[in-house]
Amino acid sequence: MRILVALTLCLMPLGAASQSAAPAVSEELLIEGQGAGRHGGRLVMALRAEPRTLNPALATDSPSREVIGRMTADLIHVNRASQVPEPALAKSWSRSADGRAYTLRLRRGLRFSDGHPFDADDVMFTFAVLLDERVAASQRDLLMVGGKPAIVAKVDSHTVRVTLAQPSAAAERMFDSIAILPKHQLETAFRQGTLATAWTLATPPAAIAGLGPFRLKEYVAGQRIVLERNPYYWKADAAARRLPYLDELVFLFTGNEDAQVIRFQSGESDVIARVSPENFAVLARDQPVKKFQLRDLGPSLDYNFLVFNQNDLAGKNLPAIARKQRWFSDLNFRTAVSRAIDREGIVRLVYRGRAAALWGNVSPGNSRWLNTAIPRPPRSVEEARALLKASGFSWRPDGALVDGGGERVQFTIATSSSNAQRTEMATLIQADLKEIGMDVRVVPLEFRALLDRVVQTFDYEATIQAFGGGDADPNSEIHVWLSRGGNHWWRLGQKTPQTTWEAEIDRLMERQLVTLDYAERKRLYDRVQQIVAEQLPFIFLASPHVLVGARGDLANFQPAALDHPLWNADHLFFRPQLTTGRR
Amino acid sequence: MTSRRGLLFGTLAAIHALILFAGFFAPYDPAEQARVIPYAPPSRVHFVDVEGRFHWRPFVYAWTPDPAAYDRYLEDPTSRFPLQLFVRGAEYSVVPGIVTNVHLFGVAGPARVALLGTDGYGRDVLSRLLHGGRLSLIAGLLATVCSLIAAALIGTLAGFSGGTVDQILMRTADLFMAIPWLYLLFAVRAALPLQMDARDTFLLLVVVLGVIGWARPARLIRGIVLSARERTYVLAARGFGAPRRYLLRRHVLPQTAGAMLTQAALLVPHYVLAEVTLSFLGLGVGEPVPSWGNMLGALQQYHVLTSYWWMFAPAVALIVVTFGYHLLTSYVHERMRVVAI
Repeated sequence: MRILVALTLCLMPLGAASQSAAPAVSEELLIEGQGAGRHGGRLVMALRAEPRTLNPALATDSPSREVIGRMTADLIHVNRASQVPEPALAKSWSRSADGRAYTLRLRRGLRFSDGHPFDADDVMFTFAVLLDERVAASQRDLLMVGGKPAIVAKVDSHTVRVTLAQPSAAAERMFDSIAILPKHQLETAFRQGTLATAWTLATPPAAIAGLGPFRLKEYVAGQRIVLERNPYYWKADAAARRLPYLDELVFLFTGNEDAQVIRFQSGESDVIARVSPENFAVLARDQPVKKFQLRDLGPSLDYNFLVFNQNDLAGKNLPAIARKQRWFSDLNFRTAVSRAIDREGIVRLVYRGRAAALWGNVSPGNSRWLNTAIPRPPRSVEEARALLKASGFSWRPDGALVDGGGERVQFTIATSSSNAQRTEMATLIQADLKEIGMDVRVVPLEFRALLDRVVQTFDYEATIQAFGGGDADPNSEIHVWLSRGGNHWWRLGQKTPQTTWEAEIDRLMERQLVTLDYAERKRLYDRVQQIVAEQLPFIFLASPHVLVGARGDLANFQPAALDHPLWNADHLFFRPQLTTGRR
Repeated sequence: MTSRRGLLFGTLAAIHALILFAGFFAPYDPAEQARVIPYAPPSRVHFVDVEGRFHWRPFVYAWTPDPAAYDRYLEDPTSRFPLQLFVRGAEYSVVPGIVTNVHLFGVAGPARVALLGTDGYGRDVLSRLLHGGRLSLIAGLLATVCSLIAAALIGTLAGFSGGTVDQILMRTADLFMAIPWLYLLFAVRAALPLQMDARDTFLLLVVVLGVIGWARPARLIRGIVLSARERTYVLAARGFGAPRRYLLRRHVLPQTAGAMLTQAALLVPHYVLAEVTLSFLGLGVGEPVPSWGNMLGALQQYHVLTSYWWMFAPAVALIVVTFGYHLLTSYVHERMRVVAI
């Protein structure tokens, strides 16, 4: 099937007016938005931690990505609100008949934030960098389709062709994560093999250029990073005024969520993302006076789950856990635990109703991929008991559950001590499972130490963790479900699938990866969800809502489930205030 | 003076009695979750109902959650629940082996009376405060006894022997005081197995606190023993050929009694606070067993700190206990000086 993506947005006529930089003769700007915006103003956001780098090829932590995302642009961009790929630096693209080759036509007359022109050589350079093994870019995995790197060829100065080894269902989304790098600035570093140390936080602002709406102005260690308006940005509004509207974007560094909330409450920051429901309630209490815009965007793509350790412990000296794995690998045991958990209680007490109870891995927030046929059985202690009985468990006179060999059913749930919600969930589950005679202990551990136990030493019995949030597409979950995947936490490091159902999931996930038809992919992924819900390698708990807030006079504030509040930073502006403003 | 002293002793005794018989005074089991009423404010005890009628027996109205907000509750005026004495509820053991289910007060179900509100799981804060105090205070008292026994033995040995023994023991004490305990404790907790039940953790806490705390009183006692040893009457007794054991028992140890009592009264609140710190940092007993420290741990969250004042109850209890013990210390100190003269 051949799809030609037409430009949905009209192109800017030649020589359009712009606010600051004189437009090039043939500058092909992208026209977006209403045109009601107002230039000027400074938007402040508090980040939980300081970014580690400004180098798009090396950034893996979310603060770095948040900042870099505002300074760079990509060829095809997934619209965060509609989740549909849209033209960005590539004004249009087409796919070859065999589904392997993509021809992308670039906008002409564009400039980097330092005024240097942009063309196909920059795209070629970017792919060369990201595919280079020495750079070890996190995007390299994405560009390896079917185990082979994508081949990029320059057709002319503003056209490139990307050829993949096999058709890929998510090829268009792949371009979204590729920030185009300026060849004129980074080529020397790349040739000398020092790219990994280029573009740190200490790099002077003039030496960093991008195609994003903002460019670096100032970095103060431990305090803030300030971005300023990129005068060469390639978007304009309907009134032919060049975006972005804001003059400055400031990221403050605060320690944790509570500090973010306090800053937002006091007016020191203008937007806040990933607010916990409790703090959202604190902000809602202030809302009548402070006129915040608070938004509950509904269930996020994240899913919290309880996982039992089913790893192969041969060669590890963990006899107590190995003994308990008899229970953990028993489907009746896992199903009984799942049936005994009060998910509604979790939603109400831990998330104050701002979450969705889960029975499968796809959150109700992801309506495009959710398998609605998955059963959602309510809590039932009786059925949990019947399942345990069927597996040879019995109860002592004092109510304690013992297995067929007479051993008391006791296990620990390890949680991250920095995540109050997961510890709360564990405490509720502890009380739920007490009703079926299980003796559960909750052990909060420092997050790194916990992760080490889960992925390295396997020295844990059960833990509550969360995945998701990267993208709505099933491919973002592939490392979780493939039996050899790095996030296949219940049993890591499988050379061949250890169960028939894991083998079936492997087949389904690999098939959907090369299937281009949505209906067929959905059918395959529905089956994956069904198997997972039946076999319960993870016991799914809840999917928290996305909660965000902004100052009352911030306009065009359209937070999305992905990237939350700043994905459309180029369109944000402050409405004129009727009363005397703060700034 | 006497009335103030009486008040002090009365208060301390009352607190200890309340905590010791926590099971009886607490209306509910401290781990029981009433999931329909998380963060409910303290129940209002009424004498006059909505129609203005006076009732001799105080009563509460059942809380019904306000549909508009998660943590707000409305009193349901149609359901009046009088407070009752000696109600039967959750089972508890008075002393190990004797199990009963009689509680001092309560209300008939399904209503609940929470005189100090509930926490995020709908657990009764008053019940948790009493049961938690039992753990915190007993840990403090036991640890005090441990450290004082160690301090008395080591201090007396060092002071009475003198010379190399004294040097070794006192330098060891210096070493113990110089160790950064908090970091060491984090390391110890990480090395311990994940699965530790509340009793083991409790014993560990007691031992840890006792081990950390012996050095300071030991140095004090050593000083007293050292000076007592050189008193003329001790020298005279020794000249008459009194054995060392007699000298210690008759002349030296009685001198240390004042210091020991003062130290005890000082160490108890100190250790209660230390238990609070350790539990607050997640090194103490785990959920659902309450202690004052892990109850205060909830206040680490900003929304709890700003929204629910009744969650500060353990802090208030802690202040009262600490203050009481400090008054006791100065009283003992004064009293002992008088005796010594």
